[in-house]
Amino acid sequence: MTELLANIDVRAVLVALVTNIACALAGVFLVLRRHSLMGDALSHAVLPGLVLAFLFTGSLGAGPMLLGAAAAGLATALLTQLVASSGRVSNDAALGVVFTALFALGVLLVKRFLGKIHFDIACVYEGSLLNAALDTVSFGGVELPRTLWQGLLVLAIVAGCLTLFWKELGISAFDPVLATTMGLSANKMHYLLMLLVSLTAVVSFQAVGSILVVAMLVAPTATAHLLTDRLMPLVVWATLLAITATLVGYAAAVRFDFSPAGAMAVASGALFALAALLGPRHGLVSRVVGNLRVGRRIRRDDLLSSAYRREESGVAAPIAASAAVAEIGGGLLAWWAYVDLLRKGLATRSATGLTLTELGRTEGAQLVRAHRLWESYLVEQMGIAEDHVHAAAHEVEHFLDAELRERLAAERPAGEKDPHGRVIP
Amino acid sequence: MSNIALEVHDLTVAYRRRPVLWNVDFQTTEGRLVGVVGPNGAGKTTLIKAILGLTPLASGHVEIYGQPYAQQRQLIGYVPQRESVDWEFPVTVRDVVLMGTYGRLGWFRRPGAAEKAIADRCLAQVGLTDFAGRQIRQLSGGQQQRAFLARALAQEATIYFMDEPFAGVDAATEAAILELLRSLREAGKTVFVVHHDLQTVREYFDEVLLLNMRLVAYGSVREVFTQQNLQRTYGGRLTLLDQAAEAVSLREPPT
Repeated sequence: MTELLANIDVRAVLVALVTNIACALAGVFLVLRRHSLMGDALSHAVLPGLVLAFLFTGSLGAGPMLLGAAAAGLATALLTQLVASSGRVSNDAALGVVFTALFALGVLLVKRFLGKIHFDIACVYEGSLLNAALDTVSFGGVELPRTLWQGLLVLAIVAGCLTLFWKELGISAFDPVLATTMGLSANKMHYLLMLLVSLTAVVSFQAVGSILVVAMLVAPTATAHLLTDRLMPLVVWATLLAITATLVGYAAAVRFDFSPAGAMAVASGALFALAALLGPRHGLVSRVVGNLRVGRRIRRDDLLSSAYRREESGVAAPIAASAAVAEIGGGLLAWWAYVDLLRKGLATRSATGLTLTELGRTEGAQLVRAHRLWESYLVEQMGIAEDHVHAAAHEVEHFLDAELRERLAAERPAGEKDPHGRVIP
Repeated sequence: MSNIALEVHDLTVAYRRRPVLWNVDFQTTEGRLVGVVGPNGAGKTTLIKAILGLTPLASGHVEIYGQPYAQQRQLIGYVPQRESVDWEFPVTVRDVVLMGTYGRLGWFRRPGAAEKAIADRCLAQVGLTDFAGRQIRQLSGGQQQRAFLARALAQEATIYFMDEPFAGVDAATEAAILELLRSLREAGKTVFVVHHDLQTVREYFDEVLLLNMRLVAYGSVREVFTQQNLQRTYGGRLTLLDQAAEAVSLREPPT
């Protein structure tokens, strides 16, 4: 165990895992409340808080840092609300003004008072995971990186608050007005969230930099929302996604000599893209497949109804498969529908061509019935001219279920023919 | 003597200093169905939000059974406009209805078996039992509205405020909502409903509150819902009130 912890890679991964999971958890309600930009803002606005905490205490320890971050975070939220409520300025503009001003103030304070400290701008964006892993302190006999101790503390705070305020955070995010009328002030929850995000941001910031903080606050929840539509599973997914992005990102960074933080941020972006493509319900692929299925179903219906019409008009001879497919517009989808028709036992294929089975005849009759009932409805009830209704009925016939068909039938005398003088099956 | 459920005393509300409601003053006896009627921008939603303490009052006060709102929260049920929430939110219909019980639970306490039983009963009352496990986006507009009503029922309130529950719902839902309103009245509840369809006011409500930046008239539908009062509510722009509001918001006293 101690040997394992002595490994610099293991330490770096642990630091990244802990801070990234804390970010992902703090980000859940931030994203659900549609305040994602707050993550970006707070991860910058905490800077003056950190500098002031350092100036007052002369220490870079966890206590002063977290207090400074918390104060700066709350100040950001408060100032933003103040600016926005003064009128004329929208919420996002108010936030934009406040956090850039605070961040710039932080930079000025650094330059003015901490001039001797090397302030590396790349460090702000990417942090320094290796430095974080090297800087260890012993606590209760266990020697771990300082950032890991701090990260564990913040993770515990975030997870604790999420557990304690689960119901309040949920209702404030979904319906803040109702929550407030119930006395569960949505405003208090807003400040709690700002506090958690600030604490998480400041710890993560040292290890992984601002880009990864923002990515980890937003991306896991945004991705998880594509995969589930329940709150609890969403939290679990967000955590798993943060872990995956961390491990994949670190492995890629070692393999290709990237910056670990950058690679993790790219990995979490890639996970989002993957979910957007392959997600079960909202994914692009499942939507395309769904559309293709509907297309096949419509063409199969067309094959059935045209075969039924041929039989109805007394043409007994089977139709050649290629002719039937050409009749409904041809193409790959039409052939696919043809194969489906045979597989479902709606028609049989012989040397001469295609013949409807009994099952196929019944289904074809229902389709033609829907078509003619809809034509009758359009002409008789809506006063549309006879020669304008065929195309509309051709569209609608695929979507009228038995209940709707019978309601349409009930609108008119039984046994009456359709507007074109044909019998309704 | 009958109980006064709600008393609104000389209430004035301003947004950014511009008054949007002037000196609204009325009291409602418990057990009434009250339609709140007025043109767009008349301040109907603002009135409800002011009563619920969501909007600061420029002047006046509100009493629920003789006490300020903050002490009577438990007595209030609220149905906001349907568009006011994010329907993509990852919750099921049952989760939403369960939220109705949160007010009584207060901070920290989680809903338990008793609350879940209440939620299920309220779902059954609005006919959504079969949809309990669905994500809320997968409901039709009328079903979403009924889910909101079920949530309000789960609040087990005494006074209900409903902001346009009839807006954009199908005929079946409209009938279901109406039945629900009547059963609430029979149970002695007082219900305020922001309503847009003037045709149905007579049929649906006991009392009507005609609003257009000020209280035009309030009383029983038979006495108050008259052609003349409607004209006063809807007829013409209220140029005088508008101009006065403008002047107040600009803070420019006449020279």
